[in-house]
Amino acid sequence: MSALYDLLAAPFVDFAFMRRALVACAALSIGCGPVGVLLVLRRMSLIGDSMSHAVLPGAAIGFLISGVSLVSMSIGGFVAGLLVALASGLVSRVTQLREDASFAAFYLISLALGVLIVSTRGSNVDLMHVLFGTILAVDDRSLVLVSAIATVSIGVLAVIYRPLLVECFDPGFLRSVGGHGALYHILFLVLVVLNLVAGFQALGTLMAVGLMMLPAAAARFWSGSVWSLGAVSAFIALLSGYVGLLLSFHVDLPSGPSIVLTAGVIYVLSMLGGTHGSLRQNLIARPHYES
Amino acid sequence: MHRRSFLFSALLVPLALASGAAHAADGKLKVVVSFSILGDIVKNVGGERVVVTTLVGPDGDAHVFEPTPADARAVAAADLVFVNGLGFEGWMDRLIKASGYSGPLVVASDGVPSRTMDEDGRTVTDPHAWQDLGNGRRYVENIAAALAAADPAAASAYGATASAYEAALAAKDQWVRDELAGVPAERRKIITSHDAFGYFGAAYGVTFLAPVGVSTEDEPSAAGMARLIRQMKKEGVRVVFFENMTNPKLIETLAREAGARVGGTLYADALSPPGGPADTYLKMFDNNLPQLKAAMLGM
Repeated sequence: MSALYDLLAAPFVDFAFMRRALVACAALSIGCGPVGVLLVLRRMSLIGDSMSHAVLPGAAIGFLISGVSLVSMSIGGFVAGLLVALASGLVSRVTQLREDASFAAFYLISLALGVLIVSTRGSNVDLMHVLFGTILAVDDRSLVLVSAIATVSIGVLAVIYRPLLVECFDPGFLRSVGGHGALYHILFLVLVVLNLVAGFQALGTLMAVGLMMLPAAAARFWSGSVWSLGAVSAFIALLSGYVGLLLSFHVDLPSGPSIVLTAGVIYVLSMLGGTHGSLRQNLIARPHYES
Repeated sequence: MHRRSFLFSALLVPLALASGAAHAADGKLKVVVSFSILGDIVKNVGGERVVVTTLVGPDGDAHVFEPTPADARAVAAADLVFVNGLGFEGWMDRLIKASGYSGPLVVASDGVPSRTMDEDGRTVTDPHAWQDLGNGRRYVENIAAALAAADPAAASAYGATASAYEAALAAKDQWVRDELAGVPAERRKIITSHDAFGYFGAAYGVTFLAPVGVSTEDEPSAAGMARLIRQMKKEGVRVVFFENMTNPKLIETLAREAGARVGGTLYADALSPPGGPADTYLKMFDNNLPQLKAAMLGM
């Protein structure tokens, strides 16, 4: 019993930084889980990745203006991410270019700009290390920010849930009944950017997308309805955070990658043995289809 | 890396042949010094008679220095080149070969009893001998002898400046000892990520502990953080000094959790820019010692 306690609970009881990290993971999970699921459903899985690069120049400019400041780096990242999202959305709606291509174009421009800003300002502190936070160093202000973003995400998602889903599955129908598809789409993109900013404060940009997309992709193998997909995804994200932190503590691994790799393992297991369209089911089902 | 240095030497050969070593027109010795602290010592000994070019300037890291063609030109044109030695300037041999410099290479740490240190698990010679002011005096003697050999006419002048500077170093040495005399033996512990204080610790009786578990370069693990916090609590350390650690939020987290505070800036293997708190060898001790003492006393 005490061995189990040492393994699973003691790190969080003994160290405040572990507790903070876990709370940050929980807040991130609640926000990122449902948002990730909607990205998967809208076939925008890779948009999250490109958006995470798009916030880089904004965060870098924020850092150059006022140093390691949570507020300015978050606002900078949010503005840059939003600009890229809106510009790509606009281009794809008023020109013939598809959304993924215009996203790729704008995020690459944004990324190059970010690297340019980071490189021209060579300081003693490696800017990349500052931009890529670590969940072990989450402070009170970051916790408040991440929790606030999670709260806003859930609230806004609840309000735009129905039209957003209709826009996902049948955009023509939404237009025919007079819905403003573009409005919901943009609101949703704002949520994506907000959650990425939250994740980049806590986990660093690259890792943030991992906690958004992997649990969402894994959840697809466990549920068929959108509502429960979001819940399962948030649960998997939280589980990944908890197990990843324990791994980082007991096996001496860097925390961000352990969390995301844990989510990756859960994804592979779900893909192999999930209850909805997993490999296991397809293998069992095949004779049925063939007969 | 190798390809770059090859390219670099190829570019420099004609340059070196063209310039050649010669005394400056005004009769001053042209001296090239590897890094800022040694540069200050050479300036103090050489005074008006030498023109000192320092390769790795203030706040620069001599461990990972990448020489530029301008540096090679300075070396090629020098009458004397000074290095610390003890493996500190790994790039110097290549630079000298590439520049075509054929004059004397003076190792300032010659005759200093060397210490070893642990670097990434390997035991290597600790080059930071100047952190012991006694060794600093040895540096001064070596430098004065080399300057006198290169410029025999001014030998007695170098001897005079050297003895005056040695007296200042001896006074500073005594000041450090006096300041530390009031610190009880069991409190003489410092946790710092600087690895440059081995000689200082041995000379003045202070134990320097490396922060375990947290590397300054990689993303930390929770295990590493926990080890460091336990170590700080166990040693009763209330101040920790970090060398430009990567993430300031990480340091704050560590300090908060261990009930410690983060110490100020220590200058260990480079001086501050002119006008800064440690722009000379002597002022480096004025900057570091009060901070170390306050940390040991838990203030």
